[in-house]
Amino acid sequence: MSSTRVVVTGLGATSPVGGDVPTTWQAMLAGTSGIGYLDDEWAESLPVRIGGRVAVEPSEVLDRVKARRLDRSSQFAMVAAEQAWADAGLEDSGLEPERLGVALASGIGGVTTLLANYDTLLAKGARRVSPLAVPMLMPNAPAANVSLKYGARAAVHAPTSACASGNEAIAMALDLIRLGRADVVIAGGTEAAIHPLPMAAFANMMALSKTASGEEGGDPTMVSRPWDTARDGFVLGEGGAVLIIESEEHARARGAKIYAEVRGAGISNDAHDIAQPDPEGRGGTRAIKMALREGDVDPATVVHVNAHATSTPKGDIAEGLMLHAVLGEHVDRCVVTSTKSMTGHLLGGAGALEAVATVMALHDRVSPPTINLDDKDPEVDLDIPTSRRELPEGDIVALNNSFGFGGANVAVAFGSVT
Amino acid sequence: MATTEEIRADLADIVNEVAGVDADDVQLDKSFVDDLDVDSLSMVEVVVAAEEKFGVTIPDDEVKNLKTVGDAVAFIERSQG
Repeated sequence: MSSTRVVVTGLGATSPVGGDVPTTWQAMLAGTSGIGYLDDEWAESLPVRIGGRVAVEPSEVLDRVKARRLDRSSQFAMVAAEQAWADAGLEDSGLEPERLGVALASGIGGVTTLLANYDTLLAKGARRVSPLAVPMLMPNAPAANVSLKYGARAAVHAPTSACASGNEAIAMALDLIRLGRADVVIAGGTEAAIHPLPMAAFANMMALSKTASGEEGGDPTMVSRPWDTARDGFVLGEGGAVLIIESEEHARARGAKIYAEVRGAGISNDAHDIAQPDPEGRGGTRAIKMALREGDVDPATVVHVNAHATSTPKGDIAEGLMLHAVLGEHVDRCVVTSTKSMTGHLLGGAGALEAVATVMALHDRVSPPTINLDDKDPEVDLDIPTSRRELPEGDIVALNNSFGFGGANVAVAFGSVT
Repeated sequence: MATTEEIRADLADIVNEVAGVDADDVQLDKSFVDDLDVDSLSMVEVVVAAEEKFGVTIPDDEVKNLKTVGDAVAFIERSQG
C-alpha cells in the first residue's frame, strides 16, 4: 500500500438536526432528534407518516434559478459541498483543476424528479416533461453538479451501494489520492427520498418502523431506537454531507486545518440476500478488518464506532457481532453510537453524515449519545452511551460503518491528529 | 384578445421563472441567447411553459426561428389568431 497519508480538511452537512456542521454536531451531542410527522398531504395515505426532513430547506440557501435545475438530492450535495469547500479554505488556493476530484454518492438518485415528471407525463402529456429531467435525476447528478461548480477535472465518481454509498465515496476518495490521481477530493453522499413511493416500498418490505404512525399517534422522536428491544425498523431521513479529503502533503503545504486522518478503508460484499444482512455479519467483519489492516491500526486504539445501526431487528445485532469479532477484548473500551437515533436513516447520505460525526468525535474527543435506548437488547454486548461521552487522549481511531441493500459493507477508519 | 404588451409581460414572467432573468429586461428587441443568456434547454422550458400559458403549439422546428422576444410574442399572437 502506498504510504501517502490522507487527511480531512473540510466538512459540510445539511441534516435533519441542522443546516450546517456546527449546528448538526451540537444537536447530536445534545441528543436532539430531527424526526417528526411529515406535513405533506400525501403522507396521510401512508402506513408510515414520520421522517427526518432537513432542518434548513435548501431553497433558503441556494440561488433560486440554480436550485430549480437541481434535484433535491443535488441541492443537499451542493449546500454541503459549499460549506466544506469554504471550511477547507480552498477558495483561491491555487489548486489545479486536474488535481481535484469528486466522489459523491446517492443511494437512489433523483427519485422525486423522476416521479414528478412521470406524474406530469400522465397528467399533461409527453410535451410537458422537463428537458432537464434526465440530467436532474441521474444518480451521478450530485457529483456532476459539484464538479461543475468547482471545476474538478481529476475524476467524478458516484458509487451506488444503497445505504453504504456515502461511505463508499469516502473510501473511493482515499483510493484516488493514494493512487496519485488527485490531491483533493470532494467526497460524500446525499439522499432525498422522502416521497410516497419509496416510503410505501420501504414500509411494505417491513424496513420502516411503523411505530408512532397509527391513528393513536405517538412521539415520532422516539421511533428510531437502535439496539433497543422495542426497535422495529428505521426512520427515513434526508440530507447530504461532504468531506474534503486531501493528501497530507498537500494540506500541510497550504497550511490547512486538519480534522483527522483517513487511516484506511475496507469494502466487502455479503452475497447473502438482496436486502437482509448476513445474520452473522461476516461480510461486515471482513470490511472492518480490512480497514484496520489497511490503516495499520492496532485494535486497542479503536475507541469509538459510529455504527450503521439503523434500528432494524437483525442488522443492529449483526453489527455487534462484527465489532466483537474484530476488536476482541478491546470492544469493552470502545464507545459505540448510532447517530441515526437522532437523524433517521439518510440512505446514500448516511455514511457521509456519519463520517462527519466520526471526524468531529475524534476532533473534539467526544462521542454523541444514542437516544431512545431505554431497554438494550440483551443480544447486544456493546458500550453504548445514552448521553455524550468523552473519548481518551492520545492517538485514537474511530470507525464509521455502513452496510447497504445488495450486500455492500464499507468501513472507514479515521485517526486522531495532534 | 391579449395585447402585445400583455403577452410580452407574461412571457417575461416565464423567462424570469426559468432562467432568472429580470422580467424588466425581457423586451421585444432582446435576443434569448445573446442578450438574456437563455441556453437551449432553458429555451425548451420557456417554450413548453409558453404553450401552456397561451394555449398555443410551438413546433420544435419553429423554435429556432424565435431568436428574439419579439419573434416569440409575434408567433404567439399569430397562433392565438
